Amino acid sequence: MMKWVRKGLASGIKSTRYPAAAETAPGVSPGRPRATRLAPAAAEELAARCPSGALTAQSGGIAVAHGRCVHCARCRQGEVTMSWENGYEWAGAEVATLADGLARAFGRSLHIRYLDAGACGACMSEARQLNNPYYNMHRLGFFITATPRTADVLLVAGPVTDAMRVALRATYDAMPEPKRVVAMGACALSGGVFGPSYAAGTGAAEVVPVDVQVPGCPPPPLALLHALLVVVERKPPQALGDDPPEAREGRT
Amino acid sequence: MNPNPETGDFVAAFRDACTRRWGAVVSAVDDGTRGGCRIDCPPAMLVSLCGWLHTEMGFDLATLVVEDAGAGGWRLHYCFHTESGRVELCLAQPIEMTRVPSISAVVHAADWHEREIEDLFGLDFEGHPKLGEFVLHEHWPEGVNPLRADFAAGARNASTAPATEWTPPTIVDAPGAFVMPVGPVYSDFGEAAHFQLETVGEDVIVTYPRLFYKHRGVEKIAEGKTLADALLLAERFSGTSAFAHALALCQAAERIAGVAPPPRALALRALLAEFERLRHHAATITGLCASTALAVAASQAGLIEEALLRASAVATGHRYLFGVARPGGLACDVEPGAVADLARAAQTALADLDSLDAILRYTSSFLDRLEAVGIISPDQARAFGLVGPVARASGLTRDLRESLPYGAYDRVGFFVPVEQEGDGYARLRVLLAECRQSAAIIRALASRIPDGPVATPWTPSAGTALGWTEAPIGAAFHWLRLDAEGRVVRYRLTPPSFNNWHGFHLAAENFAFQDFPIILASVGLSVAECDR
Repeated sequence: MMKWVRKGLASGIKSTRYPAAAETAPGVSPGRPRATRLAPAAAEELAARCPSGALTAQSGGIAVAHGRCVHCARCRQGEVTMSWENGYEWAGAEVATLADGLARAFGRSLHIRYLDAGACGACMSEARQLNNPYYNMHRLGFFITATPRTADVLLVAGPVTDAMRVALRATYDAMPEPKRVVAMGACALSGGVFGPSYAAGTGAAEVVPVDVQVPGCPPPPLALLHALLVVVERKPPQALGDDPPEAREGRT
Repeated sequence: MNPNPETGDFVAAFRDACTRRWGAVVSAVDDGTRGGCRIDCPPAMLVSLCGWLHTEMGFDLATLVVEDAGAGGWRLHYCFHTESGRVELCLAQPIEMTRVPSISAVVHAADWHEREIEDLFGLDFEGHPKLGEFVLHEHWPEGVNPLRADFAAGARNASTAPATEWTPPTIVDAPGAFVMPVGPVYSDFGEAAHFQLETVGEDVIVTYPRLFYKHRGVEKIAEGKTLADALLLAERFSGTSAFAHALALCQAAERIAGVAPPPRALALRALLAEFERLRHHAATITGLCASTALAVAASQAGLIEEALLRASAVATGHRYLFGVARPGGLACDVEPGAVADLARAAQTALADLDSLDAILRYTSSFLDRLEAVGIISPDQARAFGLVGPVARASGLTRDLRESLPYGAYDRVGFFVPVEQEGDGYARLRVLLAECRQSAAIIRALASRIPDGPVATPWTPSAGTALGWTEAPIGAAFHWLRLDAEGRVVRYRLTPPSFNNWHGFHLAAENFAFQDFPIILASVGLSVAECDR
């Protein structure tokens, strides 16, 4: 046993300083496309290249619906490309639904029930990383729980397959109030590359009320951490859509 | 010695064997791909031919493909492989005829294939002992078969009735026997699957897994898609082994079009595939340490896993290697500096795994939980057609990188680690040994990646082909039919987890209940990969 103690101590502190400071280590996030100013013809060509409908040509360039993006990187390859952002604070929410003071009810600890509603395994893998020393979510008072009876947050991944609809609803119903639902990944937000079909739906919102949405395919661990910080109102949510600069200016 | 598949010796040798055994009744023809034969099989001969291939000739079932060609009738393809080549038995029959002889009695690995096909196509396999609800659970209407050509993939199932009617089948008949249900929502991080543990008290006698809660109909929704869009599905149906599956689909498409990727792409593909294997095995080892509640070891293995994920993202732009493979090569180049970074990350991960292993093998509380737990015997592994590290921990040496080499694998030296005990500890030793081999392959490849382009233009053409890779969990077979525009007509996915879940119950018999998470972790299977 002493060997393990020594091994643990010898590793030193690995945990990220996020949210106290930004995490800048390379590879923590794959990044994602951001709204880009482009000529109409180029914008049309790029939008047609997008297989998931995340990109739409608008006056002034291309808008991004992050919830639909499946990180296929096609818009990064070729002659015309999107500009790319490297962040990870991606979680979005309707501010109105969060402004009910619920965060205080959760106190300083948040218990999370992960629910696989047909996810590919990458989302679960990223969620699992939250327990490793790099992300160490326990330091923020976040814990994974095995039973919905003690859960504050339902973390749903996957497009919600036909056979999991009943289990998802039953799990949600088994959680005590107050509770929040966090949908993670393109599948849980929009059905991703799978739904709608005979076997899968268009995401968690078909079955349970979703409070916080984390785009990504899969969302990296820091994006999940951001989502949980949004739930406890320690971080503000981000917009789930991104319009090109000119369209934004035109609106104001 | 085995005939070399590249020279076509296999085809000649196999045709001789076929003529000796069957005379003029059966004729095997060269299918035009290296080391591949095709036999047009008369229905009456199916069972005896399959039995001969499996028991006498040492072939294993790769996949069973069904095509519903409408007025063109049923086309069935029984694909077999051995350490030197491949044979495809083709069976055709009119569309009204929905009965097919079952081969499960002679090739047990076909059991789940036939059950799946009965559910999805409505074909009745005569002589199969257990057909009925399998992939589609009880809420699915009887007699609706979603993979039939006239079924629209987008048609939503209106019925959301809860599973109240369903009662678990029981096998154990003893006083006090009861069934402990686990899942589909269970554990802290568990994929959706349901297990019934039959017990008479402390010990579990048998385990009955019920899968396909995660069935996403990937084979059906791929139909009509362009190859590029089908590739999105291949990468995303099992995200933790995305690259291996993307590669299998690309290789099938390349075989149809007769396109060979450039040497640089082949070398980089092998390097990335081994990198994925290393990361996948590190994740399995993390799970195994966590299942025995050895927190420090789980944390240490978790650090290795995350470091490899970060290295993947830096080199390719994605932590799970999505969007990297493309028919004809790779979608993007990996710069020399990034190749060196990947090689360095692999060596660091290996050194860390070795130092972890050095303590693990002297931690008796850990070994006690793994040794003699979840045993699968070599005979069982062969009969169930198990693949990958699980099979290799039970004495089977088969590895597609060695038996049917693809890409750059016939130009790199490595060996296939094998253990005999078939228990949890043997599986851990195989995983660690494979990590060492993967790191060695990466080191060898990284120093001599050829220059040049990373893709050959791929032009669509009609045809069928089988693509295969040795994915982290084992042999993956992707059978593809494309039309002249390069759209998918039929895409049959046989991932390693499908084979191995079929034999999972072998590892989960007569054990103490608290060992269940350890058995699950030690076989390291993916539900997403199996359910598709």
